[in-house]
Formats: sequence, C-alpha cells, structure tokens
Amino acid sequence: MIQSNEQWKLNVGLAEMLKGGVIMDVVNVEQALIAEKAGACAVMALERVPSDIRKEGGVARMSPVSIIRDIMGAVSIPVMAKARIGHFTEARILEALGVDYIDESEVLTPADEEHHINKKDFKTPFVCGARNLGEALRRIAEGACMIRTKGEAGSGNIVEAVRHIRTIIKEMRQLTVLGKEELVHEAKLLGAPLDLVEWVAENGKLPVPNFSAGGIATPADAALVMQLGAEAVFVGSGIFKSADPEARAKAIVKAATYYKDPVKLLEASEDLGMAMPGLDISKLPEGELMQTRGW
Amino acid sequence: MKKRIGVLALQGDFEAHVKSFVRAGADAVEVRTASELDCVDGLVIPGGESTTMLKLLHYMDMMEPVRAFAAAKPVFGTCAGAILLAKEVTNPSQESFGVVDLTVQRNAYGRQNDSRVVHIAPDADFLSRTAEGEIEAVFIRAPIIRRVGPGVKVLAGYAGNPVLVEEGNILIATFHPELTKDSRVQSLFLGKI
Repeated sequence: MIQSNEQWKLNVGLAEMLKGGVIMDVVNVEQALIAEKAGACAVMALERVPSDIRKEGGVARMSPVSIIRDIMGAVSIPVMAKARIGHFTEARILEALGVDYIDESEVLTPADEEHHINKKDFKTPFVCGARNLGEALRRIAEGACMIRTKGEAGSGNIVEAVRHIRTIIKEMRQLTVLGKEELVHEAKLLGAPLDLVEWVAENGKLPVPNFSAGGIATPADAALVMQLGAEAVFVGSGIFKSADPEARAKAIVKAATYYKDPVKLLEASEDLGMAMPGLDISKLPEGELMQTRGW
Repeated sequence: MKKRIGVLALQGDFEAHVKSFVRAGADAVEVRTASELDCVDGLVIPGGESTTMLKLLHYMDMMEPVRAFAAAKPVFGTCAGAILLAKEVTNPSQESFGVVDLTVQRNAYGRQNDSRVVHIAPDADFLSRTAEGEIEAVFIRAPIIRRVGPGVKVLAGYAGNPVLVEEGNILIATFHPELTKDSRVQSLFLGKI
C-alpha cells in the first residue's frame, strides 16, 4: 500500500529536498563540519566508516548516541544515522534522539535474518538499501521513504552500485510495457506487493526518491550513477579515506549537480590527490559481502 | 505563448517545482548556469539545503547573476529559497541574496520530527487574486520569518508568523506548495510575469 497520509508526505518530502545532493558519512564533529562546508546536503553520523568496519570485522552496531548527538549539535544540515537491519529498538532510540533520517543498513551486522523493521510505525523517515526492484518495493511496502542502491560499501569500487542501479532501472522499464494481467505474475516473481508493482508499471519510477550508494570514490563515479538514474548519492569511505577529503568532498558535490556536463566534471576532477584504495569485489569471499545482507 | 519558468536545479526539490509549474500551465526548465537565466521569464529557488546551494552558487559564479535577475524579473523562493532571498538569516547567520526585506530563522520548528502539514486560511488578498479555500501547507525542517520590512505584504500566516509573503517581484513561501496538487501559489507567481 502506498501511504498517502501526512507523515508520508513529510518524509518523502524530505527525501525530495535531498535530491541532486551528496550525503556524506562522518565519524566526528570535525568531519561533519568539513562535509557541511564542502556542500553536503546531509551527513550520516557513524562510529566507523564502512571500509574500517570491513577491516576490523566483529559486530557493527548503531553508533554511540554521544557521537550522533555531537554531530547533530554541530551542523545545520540534516543528520542521518544507521540502525541494524531488523533492530527496531535501535531505530526507536534514534527516533527519540531526533535524527532526521534512519538508515536501516546492511553496513551494520543484521539483528534479524528474516525481518526488516516495520517502518510504518515510526514518525522518523527511513532509507533502505536495495539491489533490485523486488527488494526496493518490499522496503517501500514496509514504509521506507527513500531507497538507495546498495553497491558494495567500503569497497571504493563502483561496479556493484552500477549493477544495482542498472538492474532497478531496467526492471522498472520492463514493467511499463506489460499488460495489467501480466503484472500479477511479475509481482509474484519480484516478491513485491501488486499495488506497488502496478504503480511502478504506470509511472516508470519508484514512488519514493532513488539514491545510490556503495563504492563511490571519485566525482566521475558520482556522475556515472546519476547519469544511470540515481537522484542523489551517498558517499561513505570515499571522502574521508582519500588523501584530501575537503577537496574531494567539494568535487563530488559539484559532480552531483553537473553530472551531465563533461567540462565541469573535468574541472571537478583536477588536483584531488589519491582516491581511497579500492577492492576487487570478485576476490572477496561471499561471507564478506555486505550487499547480500537484507532480503 | 506559455510563460517560461526556470527552476534553479543546483540541489533540492527542483523536479517537484518543474512538475508543479507545468501543472499550473507554464513551461518549466531546469537552470544550472548563469547563461541559462537569460532564457526564462521568472526564476524559482526551490527547497533543499540552502548551505549546499550557496556553495554551488559560488562555485559557478552565480551570486551576482541571480541578484541581477531578481532586480529585473520575478523570483519565487520556497523554504531554502526563502532563506537565500532574505535580507537577514539567523540560526546560524549566513550569506544571502538580500533581495526581500525579511529576517528568516533557519530550522526554526526544529528537526524532521517537528516537520508538519497544516491547513491555513490565507488572507483575503490572496483569495481574491486566486481562488477560495484553505492552503495545505507542508513544512519540512522549515524556517520561520521573524521580521517583515514595511514594503512586504503578508499573504498567509501560520501560528502567528507569516508563511507566504511578497515584496514587488519576489514571492516567498516557507512551506512547499510544490508538494501538493493546489496550483494557486504558482498561479499567483505566474501573474507577476
């Protein structure tokens, strides 16, 4: 069911306000201020960026409340924070803290291997990751007001983000040419509610904004996913694990606006120093993939 | 010929504005450079993050071109756009175009949990220039207009504060008319062209 109530309007509305922007992962006030100064449209308050979570292993949980609160106090832009998949108590704590968006995120260790959070129960909006249309529509059915393609967080490798945005766009396009009677079967194959499948078939897009995440390390990466159909980007490790975070943050902000203009992208790509080191995802053991968390 | 509206598309809900002006019977295009301003009859500065838009306006040397545009042609700002057009901005204080005599306080209702949809009764002047009926006003991390200059006309208020005002060619809303189906605010703006 697509919600049409006022809360839904406000929460999808805030996602609309973030379009064309860059949401940056930050782990402390200093980084949050750099992100805001560079032109981030929001920050994601974290204890560790995904590449460190990957390196250090163990269980990754919601960030300590004090880190999030300090960041909320330091910047005037929206502050998001992550809760573990299915961990509705972490989400309730984030809601009580007053964060502007909750990311039910595969970057953290899942708390529930069968169920995501029933996000319709919350006043605070949620963003969720997805690799394909079925997953995106299941999350929307649960109440997510924004979808971000998952990519592979902390990899510095854009290949999975590209795969996921292309998959979702292609699957949506395919629905638009089907007859109404064919959509029931499609809904069954996608594992998604029929009314949402019908909505996508009619409109050719998701009923909520569709952003991209997981592997964006350069202005060119950001522009690539925007050209493929993403409406804004999340950058995790890509900024603060690079040689010159401030310059790179500014450059990615420019790229998210001028993603269709090669001359401006060239300007944005000058003098950035080294990007974060990247990983060859095909060499990662299956168990280390973050994108396969969530269902 | 249809009136041609440019929507500043540096960041924010520019897509919703384009659609809302098309619904209101205008042509609407996205504007990302100073030269694109030459092709439009009126400009919309959308909702979004005012700090992000400011950075991009500077990166692109668009501060002066937009200010010059506002001196000559109609400009409509919603939410972040209201902040950017105001003479004075607080919480925190930041740079702005200063083309409408207002003091605007950012994030004045609080965070997203304090965002709200309310139904407001516009002033008689707004109704006589458009059509009867309440306005459904969507406030998202919205600013509050704390002071209006003597030349500013208030067209609607909520909880004791002005939320829709005009001064000459400039129209300001602290809420988001582009997120509802009601086209009266857009029509009022088109009337300035």
